[in-house]
Formats: sequence, C-alpha cells, structure tokens
Amino acid sequence: MENNIQSVPQNWYLLLSTFMFCIGVIGVLFRRNAIIILMCIELMLNAVNLLLVSYSSYAGNAEGQVFVFFIMVVAAAEVAVGLALLVSIYRNVASTDIDILNRMKW
Amino acid sequence: MVISQIIFYILASFTITCALFVVFSRNPIYSVLWLILCFFSIAGHFVMLNAQFLAVVHVIVYSGAIMVLFLFTVMLLNLNRETEPHKPNLLKFAAVVSGGALFLIIIAAVRSTMPAPYVAPPLSEVGYVKNIGIKLYRDYTLPFEVASILFLSAMIGSVVLAKKERFN
Repeated sequence: MENNIQSVPQNWYLLLSTFMFCIGVIGVLFRRNAIIILMCIELMLNAVNLLLVSYSSYAGNAEGQVFVFFIMVVAAAEVAVGLALLVSIYRNVASTDIDILNRMKW
Repeated sequence: MVISQIIFYILASFTITCALFVVFSRNPIYSVLWLILCFFSIAGHFVMLNAQFLAVVHVIVYSGAIMVLFLFTVMLLNLNRETEPHKPNLLKFAAVVSGGALFLIIIAAVRSTMPAPYVAPPLSEVGYVKNIGIKLYRDYTLPFEVASILFLSAMIGSVVLAKKERFN
C-alpha cells in the first residue's frame, strides 16, 4: 500500500478540519446545555489538532506534533476544571442551562 | 482513486457524521457517545497521517479519560431528554446560518492561498514515538515539566471546586 501523504492532497485535511471547526461553532451557538457546549469546544480543539498534525507531517517537521501534545494536556486540564465548575453550579442552581446562569451577564 | 483516498473519504464522512450527531442529538448521553466515536475516527486520521504516537495518546487521553469524565458528569447530574433545554427555532436557524457563513468565509480565505498543482512531499517519519520523544525531551523539557505543574493545579482546583461547601 502506498503512503497516504503521496496520494491525499493536504487541502482535503484543510477542508475537513474547517468543517469540523464550524460544526463546533454551530454547536456552541445551537445548544443551551453547558456540558454540550464544553463538548463542542473539544470538537473545535480537535479540528485544530487535526490541522496541526497534517501540516506537521506534510512538512516533515515534528514541532507541530509536540504542539498538539501540549494542546491535549491543556484540554484535559480545562475539561477537569470546567466539569468541576459545572457540578458545583448544578449543586447550587439545579440546572446546567446557560439561560438560567445569566447573573454575570450585565 | 487509490486506496488511501478511499480510506480518507470513509474516515472523513464518519467524522463529520459523528460531529453533526453530537450537535443535533436530543439526549446528552447520545451526544457524549457520538463524540467518543468522533474522537476514534480522528485517531484514525492521525494513523493515516503517520502520527502513531499522537493517535495512541489521542485514544488514551480523549476517548479514555476525557469522555469518561463527561459521561460520569452527565450521568451524575441525571441529564436526559426530558430535562434538556432547547433554544427557540429562530435562534437555532440563526446559529446554523452564522456557522455556515463562517465556513464560507474561511473557505474563501483559504482558497486564495492554495497552491494550484499538488506536489507530493517525501515520506515523513516525524510522527514515530522515537522522533517525538527526542524532540520532547531534548528541546521541550521545560514545557513538559511545566505541564505537570498545570495538571497538579488543575487537579487541586477541580477537587476544591467540586467539594461540597459547608456554611458554618
């Protein structure tokens, strides 16, 4: 089997990750549940990760993949803290609806 | 049409379908499960891009750790289809239109920078564990150690935040 990089143009990865990023943006605007919004943010992070890995392996440079590794680290920490915040909010308000959590809006 | 292009098409359509189901499914549990499938297909893309180390780390960290955390939280808060809040239809329509407009703008901006003829690059082996490890421990030792401090603070922070408050 021939190598993937020889036969798949990089534009396809560019299109795919752009589309995934836009699905994440749509999800953030579309839903009211804060957990789903956090998941859509993960989706956007993964679109960026995919694009970084594709650039890194098409250019033959390892730095992009190291960067993706650090993005994963930060995403894991972010999810842990965000979910802890959501649990403590749920304990006080008994909801994860972002339309109820508007006390800091104005 | 060679075989890796066919694999790319299958993986990409799977990824996009799963991502759409994450956004549009009504039950939060189903959203989490679709997101797990989406992350597995992204790991497949990483394998296709010759980034084996990142594929394995992606499966372990995202599908293993992060999504289990999401699933536990959704089940702990007892979110289901009945309690799920929804926006009015006009706002949903506006969200889809603005996301599509963002997609069009990015594609239009990217199109002008694309090189016209496709030149196949040489076979890269940068994604193997050996090369990534050399890069990580030789050039990026300090950020690697700082990441552990970040994890420690995130761990302490989440324990403090999720602890039950006592008013006395």
